[in-house]
Amino acid sequence: MTTSPTEPVPRTSRSAIPSGDETVTAANGAPAVELRAVDKWFGQVHANRRVDLSVSSGTVHGIVGENGAGKTTLMNILYGFYRADRGQILIAGKPVVFRNSGDAIATRIGMIHQHFMLVETFTAVENAMLGAEGSPLLGPAGRRARRKLAELEREFGLQVPMDVPVGELPVGQQQRVEILKALYRGADILVLDEPTSVLSPREVEGLFRILRTLAGRGKTIILITHKLAEIMAATDRVSVMRSGAVVAHRRTADTTVSEIAELMVGRQIRPASRGVPVEPGRSLLDVDRVTVRDSSGVARVHDVSFSVRAGEIVGIAGVAGNGQSELLEALAGLRPVATGRILVDGEPAVSDSRDRRRRGVAHVPEDRRRSGLVMPFRACESAILGYHHDPRYGRGLRLDWPAVSSDTRGRMETFDVRPANPQQRTAELSGGNQQKLMLAREVERATKVLLVGQPTRGVDLGGVEFIHDRIRSLRDAGKAMLLVSANLDEILDLSDWVMVMAGGRIMGKVPAGRAAERDLGLLMGGVRKSDVPDRAP
Amino acid sequence: MEILLAAVVVLDSTLRLATPLILAALAGLFSERSGIIDIGLEGKMLGAAFAAGCVAAVTGSAWVGLTAAIAASVLLALLHGYACITHRGNQVVSGLAINILVSGLTAFLAVAWFAQGGRTPQLPDSARFLSMEWPGADVLDAVPIVGVVYGELLSGHNVIVYLTWLAVPAVALALYRTRFGLRLRAVGENPFAVDTAGVSVSGVRYRALVCAGVLCGLAGAYLALAQSAGFLRDMTAGKGYIALAALIFGNWRPVPAMLACLLFGCLDAVSIRLQGASLPGLGEVPVQLVQALPYVLTVVLLAGFVGRGVAPKAIGVPYTKEG
Repeated sequence: MTTSPTEPVPRTSRSAIPSGDETVTAANGAPAVELRAVDKWFGQVHANRRVDLSVSSGTVHGIVGENGAGKTTLMNILYGFYRADRGQILIAGKPVVFRNSGDAIATRIGMIHQHFMLVETFTAVENAMLGAEGSPLLGPAGRRARRKLAELEREFGLQVPMDVPVGELPVGQQQRVEILKALYRGADILVLDEPTSVLSPREVEGLFRILRTLAGRGKTIILITHKLAEIMAATDRVSVMRSGAVVAHRRTADTTVSEIAELMVGRQIRPASRGVPVEPGRSLLDVDRVTVRDSSGVARVHDVSFSVRAGEIVGIAGVAGNGQSELLEALAGLRPVATGRILVDGEPAVSDSRDRRRRGVAHVPEDRRRSGLVMPFRACESAILGYHHDPRYGRGLRLDWPAVSSDTRGRMETFDVRPANPQQRTAELSGGNQQKLMLAREVERATKVLLVGQPTRGVDLGGVEFIHDRIRSLRDAGKAMLLVSANLDEILDLSDWVMVMAGGRIMGKVPAGRAAERDLGLLMGGVRKSDVPDRAP
Repeated sequence: MEILLAAVVVLDSTLRLATPLILAALAGLFSERSGIIDIGLEGKMLGAAFAAGCVAAVTGSAWVGLTAAIAASVLLALLHGYACITHRGNQVVSGLAINILVSGLTAFLAVAWFAQGGRTPQLPDSARFLSMEWPGADVLDAVPIVGVVYGELLSGHNVIVYLTWLAVPAVALALYRTRFGLRLRAVGENPFAVDTAGVSVSGVRYRALVCAGVLCGLAGAYLALAQSAGFLRDMTAGKGYIALAALIFGNWRPVPAMLACLLFGCLDAVSIRLQGASLPGLGEVPVQLVQALPYVLTVVLLAGFVGRGVAPKAIGVPYTKEG
């Protein structure tokens, strides 16, 4: 079922459930998907530059690139969500024009978005049916859907509970519902956008197994990611994107992680260096038997004590939701301390973030969108949040915008925020650049202590390297640093000491050099080992 | 026996008073489940009542009046849609604007056209929806209990009341058992899911608003052509807001919303019954206090019980692709 540009593509409502006996694999051996010289602008931003791409049928094809390289835009064009400004899309050798997602679905393309396109209050059956009901009444449509889903489940080994609202399912299963939804619509080409970003390692393995099965049965898979390990583990071929253009195509078997990394950032990535640890100085942050409760009065942090000395990085590892966030917020003065004391450089601090700033404590919040930046603000407005009383930015009631703007430009250049334009809307910066902007704001103000939450969440490879370097150099400059991250590699990479939190308690504190991943895993699971130094009672 | 009779009378008037509330609440259910806040129920009802009053007075036909009421209300709903769906305007502001516009415009036009101090001419019975006696009501009258229930409670309402009784299950069926209902609920929860499924978000929302318009039209016609004999200035008197409260109290579901409307209707009926009555120990109850009861209950219910309600997730948020 292919269409020429002149013919309108049949809408899904009329061809809801294709019979499934024809596939996009064309007999003439044409690639399943071919993009020719696709261009896309968003205002001034050239998101895709003359992209050529060819994906063979029955393969897993990776598209790799940093955040903002244009991968997702390209796939949204392929899925009819955006329209290309120029260029051509060919499916199985025939040119097509998509006016909307319905056209793409009718051409048997299915997309699994990074943020699931599921109605959380609906069951898997209802989600699969939506838009492809086939009849005005749900009774018969539901029965048909159930039968068809059962078949697909069997064929591809995609078991999910059918009658539970999908919002109650774990994310791994929600993703399976998304895949089932696409297959239900007869998709032969599946596009997955950063599918592993929300999955646990075990779920990732499961997903890759499913992708293999799908490809083995003739489906064509396009996998978008910025994680190189996934490209190596799951794909047959890989295309590398950089600033909107495709810069290379490789067979996965013929390439290496370092080659792809280099192609992706356009320069060589040097292996992470641990640096030379400085002899730690006096204790700058002391946490003394602190308990923190959430708004409903439940204790999220139980009787925690530790200290961070000048010139050291203490990392807090743990499965998300074990009290790390609450602890970090309490330390930053954003959340009241129920019992216990927090001492900054030996002096007790009250629960007030302004008090922390006065004492030289800066805080890079975990969630930049929620509590770090104001997305509709210009970069220079976001860059002075919390420091707008600084006399540099104006006197009395007036803000001196030219001064703010030039100060911000300087910071943006120092922290390699691209584009270094203080008038750019914060939301228009990529995730990594937003993170760097936030660091640029906080780092200089941390005269004693820097609290950092998830410093590289959603940041691409080059950005991670840069941010890690910055954090190390601050440590070397004698700051006391507390690092909370969901990424264990990052914790091990940066920290001098690693603490593990589970159930709101600190399960143990070990020097990073001696921390075996297995032991940390046990601690994260709440299992305490007797030979691990333990400071929590 | 006397107590039973009193109870039947109160229940009977509960049904009459709850009818416009139920219709308006069902109307709100369509818009709000599709993700559009519908604070303009009041205005749509009032506009419909005015159109019904005018057209029925001119043509002498209740049915033509009803048609005009529905047309007026649907037009107002489309105006709301044009502001909120097409131009992604603020839904509360647009709804309030409709309420204020209609309240002023209907009073103005009524004075300009009929010069009766903001009302439309008194309608003769032939241009109204009158009570319909069910067959056998007079025969059964003699039978205890059954006679009263059949004759007073079931029989003897006008056609819109009966339509409302049918509307509740019909809306429930439409919402939970049809393709349109599935898309409607989906678009109020996650419009992105609907768009990526190849269904037009705006299309579904406009259709929902048209449904809401039709139901509000019925409610307005009921006020002007059945409950009263013509349009009176601001005759909705906050019923649209009470219906909205009932909808929220009923968790955006048809049957619970209907029950909430019946509760409000019942309070209204009791308050009418209590006027001038003297209660043991309290003496005569002040009329104003009694009349305020439904409104007090609205506040109490919304403040105390609705906190746990689960609103459609995408409600109030205009849909834009770029997110």
